[in-house]
Amino acid sequence: MSRPVTKHLEIPAADGDGERYSLRMGPQHPATHGVLRVDLELDGETIVTCTPQVGYLHRGIEKLAENKTYAQSLILTDRLDYIAAMANNVGYCVAVERLLSISVPLRAKYIRTMVAEMSRICSHLLWLATHALDIGAMTVFLYCFREREILLDLFEELCGARLTFSYPRIGGVRQDVTAGFIAELQRFLDIFPARIEEYETLIDTNRIWLKRTVGIGRVTGGEALSLGLTGACLRGSGIDYDIRKHQPYDAYDLVDFEVPLGNDGDIYARYRCRMEELHQSARIIQQCIDRLPPGPIVGPDTPDLVMPNKAPARFQAETAAYGTGLVKLIRDQNLYLAGDVYVATEAPKGELGFYFVSDGNNRPYRMHIRSPSFIHIGALAAIAKGEMIADLIANIGSLDVVLGESDR
Amino acid sequence: MESMAIADRLRAEFPEEILQSYTNQGQVAVIVRPGRIVALLRWLRDTDGVRMDHLRSLCGVDNLRRKDSESSRFEVVYNLYSIPLRHAIRVRASVGDKDPVIDSVAGLWAGADWLERETYDLFGIRFNNHPDLRRVLLPDDWVGYPLRKDYPLKGKGEWIGMTELLAKVKELDRFDFDPERHERGRTAPSQEDEQ
Repeated sequence: MSRPVTKHLEIPAADGDGERYSLRMGPQHPATHGVLRVDLELDGETIVTCTPQVGYLHRGIEKLAENKTYAQSLILTDRLDYIAAMANNVGYCVAVERLLSISVPLRAKYIRTMVAEMSRICSHLLWLATHALDIGAMTVFLYCFREREILLDLFEELCGARLTFSYPRIGGVRQDVTAGFIAELQRFLDIFPARIEEYETLIDTNRIWLKRTVGIGRVTGGEALSLGLTGACLRGSGIDYDIRKHQPYDAYDLVDFEVPLGNDGDIYARYRCRMEELHQSARIIQQCIDRLPPGPIVGPDTPDLVMPNKAPARFQAETAAYGTGLVKLIRDQNLYLAGDVYVATEAPKGELGFYFVSDGNNRPYRMHIRSPSFIHIGALAAIAKGEMIADLIANIGSLDVVLGESDR
Repeated sequence: MESMAIADRLRAEFPEEILQSYTNQGQVAVIVRPGRIVALLRWLRDTDGVRMDHLRSLCGVDNLRRKDSESSRFEVVYNLYSIPLRHAIRVRASVGDKDPVIDSVAGLWAGADWLERETYDLFGIRFNNHPDLRRVLLPDDWVGYPLRKDYPLKGKGEWIGMTELLAKVKELDRFDFDPERHERGRTAPSQEDEQ
């Protein structure tokens, strides 16, 4: 190859004129939230150019998925945004259901909406904790982890895992919620709004917090659209785009909630958006608990069955042979509908989209993951340019990136 | 506006470019020639009543193992969405079988920069007029394009940078803690002992 090899262990040389110099931040920097490397060229403390480098966590999930059945690929999605794995699982399932025309029972829809919102709260709490820690507010970190722990315990009760759940299934969810789980969740919802106010009293009008966030990392609505920002980063700039409202999936068209918007497009506006989203998520979970209908939790057409006797006739031979219910890899047979779909869901970090191409086989022919973190890191160069190096830390935190999702 | 109506308007506007349009699971897609992709996407973005202002995703597809494909071996797929008007369309550009190349749309959406780099990285599809066409996920000296269908799942041998990396690790090993040299109780002979 003609391109020069990146020398990872070499210290970059200074420019020579004594003013501009390069600095390599990461990949083991605590404020980069994972293995993100940012190559900076600085003039004093002002960023002249900022070049993010990703790929340290690349595992080839898209290639792997092409060689596994739809059901088997579900566990790969846990490893994307590992802070909100449930949201990825739901996004994947919704996309495959659309591709293969699989229907989902109403109870499963409500349960999935509920767990996806719990995941959103988890993700936003971790974001707030680390973002505040980066800027210097130490106390908030422990407060947020206190509530996150309650939710992780609830997830553990629900499916036995605390981070990599694989709880939703294509066509439903893996197992039903218990009365005890609902009661615990209700107890959490009773205390949670007061806890949000607790975080807000710590930082909302804190002078240092305001100095570090107001007017910093400003992105106009047009710029945000051009850069492809989604989620709270786009809504902080005043653009009303929430996939839960635009293209409702699961039970989002059956519950009431508002989409908080910001005006200024700075770090503070994005912070306020996410804090409001915490309230809205709690509101959605409450409605899911109140309206949870009885009924089955998994649809009849699901290709991925824990109970072989309920498999559709065309899969029964395979499920019987395989015991666990994972449908065997059958090559060159038209099991499914051929075609392509792009289905997006509103993950905590932004628009998580899956583009599937199916050739009728029981493996995806092509699976592309549109991960918000990848696009947000790509936008970092434009946002951080011309700002101070200390604000780069605040900007990375505010874009809310997770490298597992970015590198795939 | 209905997405199919947009596809029809697009066909009227660019009659030479559109090869086919179809609907799958309620989603409208058009297959196009790559030649005027920038003009076509700009029309979709800026025309009143269409306003596809959000580039949702951009990715490559390798049709090598598909028997039913209507398109060339390589495709670049653009998923567009209009936030004010709430409609979507998918544009699939056939970019040929060997040496695939297409114009970059990074001038229309700044966010396309990294998405095109990723497509180049994993499929080897080159983008003309791209500001910075380098690999993004894989090392710069990686050989091959992993998401092509003729690239084996387990890869083609080891990354060539690995030898260099292992040599570096070995070189740094000499700074490691060596229990042999720092054994407890075995003190270095003092000057008195020697005397």
